[in-house]
Amino acid sequence: MAVQPLSYKPNPKAPRQILPVLNAEVRAVTSQEVALGFTPEQVRVEAQRCLQCAKPTCIDACPIHIDIKRFIARLAEGEYQAAHDVISEQSPFPGVCGRVCQHELFCEDACIVAKKWEPVAIGSLERFAADHARLRMQELAHSYPKPTGKKVALVGSGPASLIAAYDLVRNNYRVTIFEALHKLGGVLAYGIPNFRLPREILHEEIARLQNMGVEFEADFIVGKTATLDELFEEGFEAVFIGTGAGLPYMMGIPGENLVGVYTANEFLTRINLMEAFKFPDAPTPVRVGAHTIIVGGGNSAMDAARWAKRMGSDVTVLYRRGRAELKARLEEIEHAEEEGVRFEFLAAPVALFGDENGYVKEVECIRMELGEPDESGRRSPVPIVGSEHRIPVDTVVAAIGQAPNPTLQKATPTLITKRGKIVVDTKGETSMPHVFAGGDVVRGGSTVILAMKDGRLAAQAIHEALSGVAAEVEVAQ
Amino acid sequence: MNRILAKRQLAPEVTLLEVEAPRIQKRWKPGMFIIIRPLAESERIPLTIVDSSAERQSITMVIQAIGKTTKEAVALEPGDALCDLVGPLGEAATMTTGQRVVCMAGGVGVAELLPVAKAFHDAGNHVTALCGARSDSYRILDEELKAAVDELQWATDDGTFGFHGNVVQLLKSLAGPGTFTEGHVIGPIPMMKAAAEATRDWGLKLHASLNPVMIDGTGMCGGCRVTVGNEVKFACVDGPEFDAHLVDFDELTRRNRAYREMEQESLRHVCRVGLDVR
Repeated sequence: MAVQPLSYKPNPKAPRQILPVLNAEVRAVTSQEVALGFTPEQVRVEAQRCLQCAKPTCIDACPIHIDIKRFIARLAEGEYQAAHDVISEQSPFPGVCGRVCQHELFCEDACIVAKKWEPVAIGSLERFAADHARLRMQELAHSYPKPTGKKVALVGSGPASLIAAYDLVRNNYRVTIFEALHKLGGVLAYGIPNFRLPREILHEEIARLQNMGVEFEADFIVGKTATLDELFEEGFEAVFIGTGAGLPYMMGIPGENLVGVYTANEFLTRINLMEAFKFPDAPTPVRVGAHTIIVGGGNSAMDAARWAKRMGSDVTVLYRRGRAELKARLEEIEHAEEEGVRFEFLAAPVALFGDENGYVKEVECIRMELGEPDESGRRSPVPIVGSEHRIPVDTVVAAIGQAPNPTLQKATPTLITKRGKIVVDTKGETSMPHVFAGGDVVRGGSTVILAMKDGRLAAQAIHEALSGVAAEVEVAQ
Repeated sequence: MNRILAKRQLAPEVTLLEVEAPRIQKRWKPGMFIIIRPLAESERIPLTIVDSSAERQSITMVIQAIGKTTKEAVALEPGDALCDLVGPLGEAATMTTGQRVVCMAGGVGVAELLPVAKAFHDAGNHVTALCGARSDSYRILDEELKAAVDELQWATDDGTFGFHGNVVQLLKSLAGPGTFTEGHVIGPIPMMKAAAEATRDWGLKLHASLNPVMIDGTGMCGGCRVTVGNEVKFACVDGPEFDAHLVDFDELTRRNRAYREMEQESLRHVCRVGLDVR
């Protein structure tokens, strides 16, 4: 590829641009998106902070290898559509990833500028390129021919399957994505609130796949509605399992079946998928009382806390470790703090108590101190004897993680699993020939972008298996 | 897809719908259920599968129209389609052979009992069905049940047909320890609880098919969790059938009441379009 000379001089010394956000008081009463996105002037300054390194470490750090250097150069020059085209070579989901990816752990962590200054705000730039291209989506849609190749089934419509579909359909495979719920997007639809990811962004990026010829079947549970074997009998020649980690862990403490105690999955599904935040304009309710306790420190915990706040509750996050150990995206933690979510670190619930009608009314907590590092490298919390205390509460949300959804595995005894996770080889292939898997069903609870990495890897392996050639997924223009 | 082929009123507020569902009719077994959303803006609700037809590529469900969503469902007519239909969900009912089986149901549960009672009979058991209704005019699927089991008895709350009283009183009037070896019960929670209490020392294995609040039906949300023995189970994937003598029915009652007031509000509510949170 010819190197284009830059029409500007990089200026990494300029201050990292701050993402404009909705005022915190407004946020407390609306489900509108919090982050507003860069202005064109901010984009120019931020994009020109990128050094355009000869050996860009950010691209290697991106699990789906977006050509970050090149799309940022186009943004710096004001060529927004060209920037979107560069991203499209690798990803059809810049609108989603620009909002939900943990850039600070991947591309921005690897950014050379960060050796001396703040890293380039790659995530916010990606989002800008996506938002700018939205108007052009319809027009883009018509330029794709219908795929005519072999049939591939993708199970689950979350991030792993979505990117696999993108890569497969570009290699002319006829792709069908099966989704158990009535809406598409998997965790992006039921898990992530619309104040982080507006639904129209998700719908448009999925619609782009539909326009490329990817078929979607909602209300279809592989393992129940049809078995894997039946899919093969119906002409699918390979299957990718991207069913995610949908099985919530329970706290295992007395009182967790009291009314008003939710798993994060139920709380978020009611609100995100069934739109309980609109109740009674939407028919599915959720109980959010005056005092809400969220247990956990990941993204689901932040999402649940911020929803409860928006629904008028006073919210405390109980986390058994310290602030530095929180697993959520930094931006979500900061936004939660701005919105008035309280954090009680080094504390964990030990029991829940209810009133005479079985409604939760008190949580008993115990204080913790940090001991030796555990296998995750984080210092593990140790309870302090005698530090038990009770807090009044009306709603409790346990956001302590998820295990792989077991439905398909249960219906497919020949599929080898380990502690619920599907076992795959380095190419993403399972113990069954032509059956691949990736994302949280293989990793346990992980991230959107690593699920996409797996989906991409499996798409390539499927292409090799079905075409008989070890071809690269065609991405270069 | 999901087209309604036939609709029949079985009793006041109780309606049978036959719906086109080629894949589900092929894979379901007695005791399994589906989740439907009648309209694009409806809640997801679970319903037991009552029957199927390979010839018509259909399944049958029976709906008691008491809530917002069930009313939306029965307002649909043949030719209309359910917005969403997914399944079959849950595990099949436990089956045996060569046993003396008692099958008990009350209200709309009678419809849900039909496929299980029939399966017990077809598997070579002697099946007695004890069914309850508020009154004679509320009895449903009498002919179908009679054809499916060895013996059918009715109990009505007002005594207008059969035994005067409820199903559990009827059970106690005609049976005791050793009369039956296996049983299945489905219906209102107080009735299932009473059946479990009455038979605790009878040496009878009694299975209860539970009906907790549910959203996704695939084991994802945990809203349908119940305590069985000392274990927490998800009714959607571990059930819906559990050992009736081990189920914590009091907890189930409390959990099923969680949204009662909100459901009433939802029924009364007329949608005001365009409002954001609160």
